[in-house]
Amino acid sequence: MANVPEDLHYSKDHEWVRVDGDIATIGITDYAQDSLGDVVYVEVPKPGDEFATNESFGSVESVKAVSEVFTPVSGAVVEINESLADEPESVNSDPYGKGWMIRVKMSNPGEVDSLLTAAEYEDFTKAEKE
Amino acid sequence: MVIKLTATAPQFKETPLNRLHRDLGGRMVDFGGWDMPVQYPAGTIEEHLRTRNHSGLFDVSHMGEIEVRGADAIPFVNRITSNDVSKLIDGQAQYSALTTPLGTVVDDLLVYRFSQDHLLLVVNAGTTEKDWDWIKSHHAGENLQLKNVSAEYCQIALQGPDAISILQQLTELKLADIKYYHFTTGTVDGVPSIVSRTGYTGEDGFEVYAAADKAEQLWTKMLEVGKAGTDTGVLPCGLAARNTLRLEAGMSLYGHEIDETTTLLEANLGWICKLDKGDFIGRDRLAQQKESGIQRRLVGFEVTERGIARDDQEVVIGDERVGKVTSGSPAPFLKKNIGFAYVPAEQAAVGGEIKIDVRGRLVGAQIVKTPFYKRAR
Repeated sequence: MANVPEDLHYSKDHEWVRVDGDIATIGITDYAQDSLGDVVYVEVPKPGDEFATNESFGSVESVKAVSEVFTPVSGAVVEINESLADEPESVNSDPYGKGWMIRVKMSNPGEVDSLLTAAEYEDFTKAEKE
Repeated sequence: MVIKLTATAPQFKETPLNRLHRDLGGRMVDFGGWDMPVQYPAGTIEEHLRTRNHSGLFDVSHMGEIEVRGADAIPFVNRITSNDVSKLIDGQAQYSALTTPLGTVVDDLLVYRFSQDHLLLVVNAGTTEKDWDWIKSHHAGENLQLKNVSAEYCQIALQGPDAISILQQLTELKLADIKYYHFTTGTVDGVPSIVSRTGYTGEDGFEVYAAADKAEQLWTKMLEVGKAGTDTGVLPCGLAARNTLRLEAGMSLYGHEIDETTTLLEANLGWICKLDKGDFIGRDRLAQQKESGIQRRLVGFEVTERGIARDDQEVVIGDERVGKVTSGSPAPFLKKNIGFAYVPAEQAAVGGEIKIDVRGRLVGAQIVKTPFYKRAR
């Protein structure tokens, strides 16, 4: 069963968000990395780039396919996970830790409330599977 | 990100190993109407590397088999395929193509010669019905019988440097005596089989054909004697690894490098085009094209900047969009991003610099010699 940490927020596009003040750390879920297979390449934006909600901010590539990743919340990128350039496999091995992708300074922290809770996301993935 | 889940619909065809793929945790996808494992839990990279370094096991039972029996078997198949069937001896296999009158490709295939009046054509899964109709429609009174025996056979490919020692434990046949692109018949674990020293991975290995209802026995036995589950044992491999292995080995995939719009000469398959063997479908056009020269050519390339080229992306030279990627992928053994693309013939020289339009970003690549990977012998 895929790991869904309690303290995070989730999008229906399988991104997770960890909130710390007005900073949101964003990555893809365990369920998403498992569906994708071996991640070999991660493309992330530059610090300073601004995104609206649900905008494509980069891509995750497995041997077989490319998947776009979307911003669950709007804001400006303040930090990117540079280690993914050399260790994209962190997205598989530690999706909620070393596999984080970007940190965003949220323009509207209230947007987090519209995201799924862990329990809701778990139900959502179960429904998607059926 | 968007996850594409393939729900298994009842109309998908299944090989006799479908249940075992699911038991092994295979991720099942629709492949040309077949419900097939794209990968198992080990993952594509590990499956690919295990095949290069030790051995991998592939279910290729979805491939089609068409039997041609009768006194005119050889002249008939020689007329519908581009390679020279008359050069085969009993127990030999040949890579060839079914050609259209335009010299383009209906399908690529293997022609097995059992005897002068008995050939077996092994064709791609997704094209089996098309090929069967095509072949029947060109049967014009020759003394022979055609039979689509696809459903009667399973086909299991055991590939990699350890393949021979694993398979040898299950058969009295002297496998070392079977030369590359030759085959023999005998029993494997007591099951009557065709054992062919062929494959689609660039490694030594065998393809075993047997009655469909023996598939589970053979598959299970090969995993058992191949010490599946150990770090160096045989590993079941899905279609994703099959694709990356064949790509590294520089082999064409029907529907990608070759189809009914590409001629054999454009696809660098002149070596299976025996223009002097006598008439065959498309011969005149191929001879004409050889004379006048081709306009575009299939080339291999390596990406030289950050990025992965993918199927159907455009090739850019200077300011011009000159062609398309036919297969693009990371190459797990070579640890490079490689691909095949069509480019104008005058720009196809090895060493040439091209760009690939990777979702709006132009990424540098260089034309290289193929195969990308060649095993040490």
